[in-house]
Amino acid sequence: MAQVKDAILTANFRKQFPGGPEIVADDLRIGGGITVLFGTSGSGKTTFLRCLAGLERPETGTIFFGQENWFDAGKNYFRAPRKRGVGFVPQDYALFPHLTVAGNVSYGLNEMPAAKRAVCVTETLHWLGLEGLENRLPRELSGGQQQRVALARAVVRRPQLLLLDEPLAALDTPTRQRLRGKIQQLLRQLGIPTILVTHDRFEALALGDRMVVVADGHNQQSGPVTEVFNRPDNLAVAHIAGTETVLPARVLKVADDIVTVAVGDVKLVAMATDFPPEATEAHVCIRAEDVMLVADALPTASARNRFSATVVAVERDGPLLRVELDCGFPLKALLTPQAAAEMKLQPRAAVGVLIKAPHIHLIPR
Amino acid sequence: MSGAEWQLVGFSLRMALASLLLILPIGLALAWWLARKDWRGKALVETLVSLPLVLPPVVTGLVLLQLFGRRGPVGSWLHNTFNCDVVFTWRAVVIALAAMSLPLFVRAARTAFEEVDVKFEQLARTLGAGEWRVCFTITLPLAKRGVLAGTLLAFARALGEFGATIMVAGNIPGRTTTLPVAIYQAVENGEDTHAWTLAGVSAVIAFAAVFISEKLQRWRK
Repeated sequence: MAQVKDAILTANFRKQFPGGPEIVADDLRIGGGITVLFGTSGSGKTTFLRCLAGLERPETGTIFFGQENWFDAGKNYFRAPRKRGVGFVPQDYALFPHLTVAGNVSYGLNEMPAAKRAVCVTETLHWLGLEGLENRLPRELSGGQQQRVALARAVVRRPQLLLLDEPLAALDTPTRQRLRGKIQQLLRQLGIPTILVTHDRFEALALGDRMVVVADGHNQQSGPVTEVFNRPDNLAVAHIAGTETVLPARVLKVADDIVTVAVGDVKLVAMATDFPPEATEAHVCIRAEDVMLVADALPTASARNRFSATVVAVERDGPLLRVELDCGFPLKALLTPQAAAEMKLQPRAAVGVLIKAPHIHLIPR
Repeated sequence: MSGAEWQLVGFSLRMALASLLLILPIGLALAWWLARKDWRGKALVETLVSLPLVLPPVVTGLVLLQLFGRRGPVGSWLHNTFNCDVVFTWRAVVIALAAMSLPLFVRAARTAFEEVDVKFEQLARTLGAGEWRVCFTITLPLAKRGVLAGTLLAFARALGEFGATIMVAGNIPGRTTTLPVAIYQAVENGEDTHAWTLAGVSAVIAFAAVFISEKLQRWRK
């Protein structure tokens, strides 16, 4: 597993809610930049964030931020949230309903001289494109504006760590898509280490530098976002990362940096990077977008990972088409409607399939 | 209304207001404590606070008489330390009214605090606010309608208090006699017009207080 070398936050803890699942941070390491905590709803992502903010207290374990001790169950030490210097943006923003935008944003600056505080608030509001809204109440704002006010309130204090819980989930789809790029740009400008919780693949890919997958209350694989999506460590991660085709296979041969496996009667070759030579069984993971289709059906054993297939079903998936194929094993592919039309793709049609060896990922069993 | 009647109304209003001043700090702290914290003996304190609601008021008065009498634990201490006597003075009126209206206030304020979502308080803490600041800038402002409604209810209750007052403060005209006691006295003396005048004043004040209190509790946003 690719670990963070210069972790600024390390956490090992257990948090058990009465009658609820156990949340376990197992050597969770967070570096600078934007780290995405990625998982399905109910996987415990939000609890991770709340434990880091100090809003929940784990039963056992430790949390260190740099040299600062935030939590040490052994020493019965718990650093109060107000002393952690984090900026926290919950999923529903929790804007103080009785305070104006300016009142909300300046809430955390009460120790600053009034004149300086006003300057800080004005600068931050300007930076987020919220000027002119100073005297509005939260309920008089649109969802996107509320989201930015919550962000302003958190960052105006220059926190040492920024925690964002599903920052875009409460917004409608067009606003979400518009703000995704905007947020990434803002977070980059800030340069504050950020942990962002999301269940949305596009959000993770668009916003994250690194990602930690959370499943069943445990942190799983961590690493650069595309690496985690393309090379899941285990089946749970492959499932959460949305890998369309996951199939059991027998290992035939490991030689010359190449692994040859058999899925049923079909032979596939993959790169042997990090693959243990002694493994005899594996799971084959293939992302639908990495499957190329060609119009003419090819003879089965002509070249590496080229074989003929029969179209089982074609269905729309957003702007793309999702194609289910039978090539001795079930395989899913994604392509544009234009490409499908050119190839006259329809159920029972014969097509050629091509998958590059680096796009076949193996999880040893 | 005669000058004496106006004076009586003024005295009763002053006593009720004074009892509010006594209730507010104690009641707010108690309500916050009951709403936000879990501690051993919480159920006991809850019951004790609500007891005056269901106990015959004269029993509450009797307990206060024992406590604040010159030989009582609190009364003797006050007498020896401050040379201050309570029983059968205006102070006893204030204490009786406070004891009788505290439960109403605490119940209303507690509900108001409980309706404030803890997420706002938690967020304030992440922004560096200590517990006092959270309480005075987040919890209280968000609970203010409920607290205000509770204050008005307590005020109305204090104005109508009879049983406990007569036990600890007696009926000394111009010194401890409040509206309800005066009404009782007037009926005893067969002064029906006087009794009805005072009853009318009581009704008007009570109506206004409860009416506004209801408005405040229903007016949500």
